[in-house]
Amino acid sequence: MFKRSELDKRPQVEIFVDGVAVAARQGDTVSAALLASGRDVRRSTAVSGAPRLPYCMMGVCFDCLVTIDGVGNRQGCLVPVAEGMQIEIQKGKREIGK
Amino acid sequence: MTMAPKREAYDVVVIGAGPAGLAAAATSAEAGLSTLLLDENIGPGGQVFRAIASTPVTERAQLGADYWMGADLVQALRASSAEVIQRATVWSLDRNLEIGVSIGSASAFARARRVILATGALERPFPIPGWTLPGVMTAGAAQTMLKSSGLVPDGRTVIAGQGPLLWLLAAQILRLGGRIDHILDTTERGNYFAALPHALAFLTSPYFAKGLSMMREVRAKVQVISGVTELAAAGDGQLASVSYVAGGKRETIPADLLLLHQGVVPNVNLAMAAGVEHRWDELQLCWSPVLDASGTSSVAGIAIAGDGAGIGGATAAVVRGRIAARAAVEALAPAAAAKLAPMATLRTDLAKAERGRAFLDTLFRPAKQFRIPAGDTIVCRCEEVTAKDILDAVAIGATGPNQLKAYRRTGMGPCQGRLCGLTVTELMAQARAKSPQEIGYYRLRAPVKPITLAELAAVPKSEDDVKAVVRG
Amino acid sequence: MSGEYDVAVVGGGLLGSAIAWGLGRLGKSVAVLDEGDITKRASRANFALVWVQSKGLGMPAYTVWTVRASEAWSRLASELKQQTGLDVSLQQNGGFHLTLGEDEFGQRTELVKRMHNQAGAADYRMEMLPASEVKKALPLIGPEVSGGSYCPLDGHVNSLRTFRAFHTGFKVFGIDYFPERPVSAITKSGGEFRLTTPKGELRAAKVVLAAGNANQTLAPMVGLYAPMGPTRGQIVVTERTMPFLPHPLTTIRQTDEGTVMIGDSKEDEVDDRTLKHSISAVMADRAQRMFPHLARLNVVRSWAGIRVMPQDGFPIYDQSETHPGAFVACCHSGVTLASNHAFEIARMVAQGALEPELVGAFSASRFGGSGAANNSGY
Repeated sequence: MFKRSELDKRPQVEIFVDGVAVAARQGDTVSAALLASGRDVRRSTAVSGAPRLPYCMMGVCFDCLVTIDGVGNRQGCLVPVAEGMQIEIQKGKREIGK
Repeated sequence: MTMAPKREAYDVVVIGAGPAGLAAAATSAEAGLSTLLLDENIGPGGQVFRAIASTPVTERAQLGADYWMGADLVQALRASSAEVIQRATVWSLDRNLEIGVSIGSASAFARARRVILATGALERPFPIPGWTLPGVMTAGAAQTMLKSSGLVPDGRTVIAGQGPLLWLLAAQILRLGGRIDHILDTTERGNYFAALPHALAFLTSPYFAKGLSMMREVRAKVQVISGVTELAAAGDGQLASVSYVAGGKRETIPADLLLLHQGVVPNVNLAMAAGVEHRWDELQLCWSPVLDASGTSSVAGIAIAGDGAGIGGATAAVVRGRIAARAAVEALAPAAAAKLAPMATLRTDLAKAERGRAFLDTLFRPAKQFRIPAGDTIVCRCEEVTAKDILDAVAIGATGPNQLKAYRRTGMGPCQGRLCGLTVTELMAQARAKSPQEIGYYRLRAPVKPITLAELAAVPKSEDDVKAVVRG
Repeated sequence: MSGEYDVAVVGGGLLGSAIAWGLGRLGKSVAVLDEGDITKRASRANFALVWVQSKGLGMPAYTVWTVRASEAWSRLASELKQQTGLDVSLQQNGGFHLTLGEDEFGQRTELVKRMHNQAGAADYRMEMLPASEVKKALPLIGPEVSGGSYCPLDGHVNSLRTFRAFHTGFKVFGIDYFPERPVSAITKSGGEFRLTTPKGELRAAKVVLAAGNANQTLAPMVGLYAPMGPTRGQIVVTERTMPFLPHPLTTIRQTDEGTVMIGDSKEDEVDDRTLKHSISAVMADRAQRMFPHLARLNVVRSWAGIRVMPQDGFPIYDQSETHPGAFVACCHSGVTLASNHAFEIARMVAQGALEPELVGAFSASRFGGSGAANNSGY
């Protein structure tokens, strides 16, 4: 859906999406890194289970909700990636322990 | 890396580091007022100057001169004594000018003698069939990815809607080697005539030449379909096609990515939760705060600058930020105001920056069918409530958005009405043959952004607070 | 809105709606007069418990009335479901009041004792349980929980959906719902009541005042008395989560949608537009001490609501001697008592007289002479 500009010279950051290593760039938000990964990163909603991807990328729509380092329902578009970060695509409602 | 505000109280707290907030904070600090700037994003710039200090798109021509104006603002801010905290989410503001802010999963409170809200705008909801499908995003979202991560569309891409941002985005995508298959222009034909009386001001405004050359640049490379009167996204769990009607003819085109845009509207949540009075703006079709010429709102001590004060664009936002900050300086440290640009000069700057706006507002006034959906089209994305659900609620007696919430949970999800509020108001107004002003809006309260229960639990409490909760 | 109705119900909240729905169910022609979109509505702010334990200390009749309501709720839920297709998610598998630390446990134990000692109180099997027993039913409780009281009759419901179901049911019964018509005056002439609203006058043979705290000003217009003492309560609510809480608590419950509601405060304050975060903080702190897992959940909204509260805390149901056909109904527990309002109070209003054996104890005559226009105890 998206590709990276050839001019992008930022250093790589390795994150893990559902356990799989994904190359992101320093300064990416989690949502941008997920969309750039080419993987199926659709979450499903807490109401009907419908699949969604980020919509606004500016912190207002909450369609980018994702589990980051064990904490559910984070707004992926507001969180910068960090080396070794563990991302889980959220399916349905958040679990209370996460 | 994350840190709480250094002081408990400031002369001025500015919320939002877009054009208005950057200018306001720098101006206030320059006059010697203790100034705190709080911003939710990773870096300063807001949406229009997104990632101005970190963008990988360093070839200046690709993002354009208007974007790089933001670098000067950031530089001025950094040269000032203003305290700046990024990734700081303000979740509460009250009439006592107490600000609750979440930083690194902990909340802090700061008091201000003056608050300048520069929370900007968000894209107007574009509730067409299928707009919740993965693969449908706002144009602003694509622009954010482009500016902050150098990402551009590479699948079959359709851009639909209207307004200056749409053309700017298209030009930027093309310059970075991205792909756009079609542009579906939804500008209503009648708007061209309606906008004519404002044309002279527009022709002599800076928008004109820039806009024209950008449209030419895009049209040379992309098929543009004008006069689009219907629009729908379709696919099974993922966008597969976009269908549209233009000139009475229906077409369906395969697509992987649909970028929607029909202008921006003030981001009202924090201001409304603070009790600031808003009125329905019939031209811009949105809620705008009631403000005086310096941006002062109905709540003593709270001013609003930038697009949150009514859409005016980045240049106007900068001037409005300076005006609001100057007004704060005049009130708190009159002697220091002499250091700043005179109010008369700022007002002249503002008039110049606002030139051409009425033309744009009239020309790009979004068509009814793209604002007021019908049938199974989702209105509230969080709670997945459709237009028909809302009309059913009106039929059993819902008179406004708050009663609707009780019946249908619209606006009760995490976005707190940001993506459905305008649609709900206009849909109910149409169904009840009332004006949007009569219908009203959700009553908003803190927290305007979610905070964890632990964070709320850590807020300082008194014996009386405990007594109000713990009983028999 | 001309025409004549059997009954005009003033107030379209849960209480007025339940009575109006009950009257419609009996075939009466009913008009409901309600306020608009923004007004103090306990029906939109409540905690949605169908609650028995600890109700009625000082008035055994209230305990009996509450138990009756609890027992009738499943019939109400099933009738609403049948009529409107809406499942109000009634769950009555027993509820807890948890205590933190030994002092609270001791205080609660005392309360349970006093309840049991009260003559005439229905035996509703409220009992104290040590933490080890509580943990069997609520495995996620934290180490600070010292125990709690449990009552098998307690439960909860989706109160907003109940509200919607009543209003949906209005259509089916042919009840006319008139929003944006606050009543400013009521007179009786020629055997009928005339109610003044900003959008004209409405006439009805009987009138039921169900306007919450506003009953205090409406009641004297028809020779009734309803002294009210409203308080404010705050509630916070989290995002939707997977089910984790199998029973409702007095201060925490998980809705059928998955959100977790955390209540509530009691403040001498009647402005529902502002919030005191420090009070929400106490609620949040206690909730996370009861269930440590809650700490990481996001709070998505919070609000303040004004309780409908008769001055002594017990319901008022009364009928006018000077204006026969006028009734007043107000109580704090509009959710718990909805079944009684729909079935019992509606029946009595339709018959034209309240039944002393069921609701005689709730006459406003108990407040003594101060303004009480009747002392019938019917």
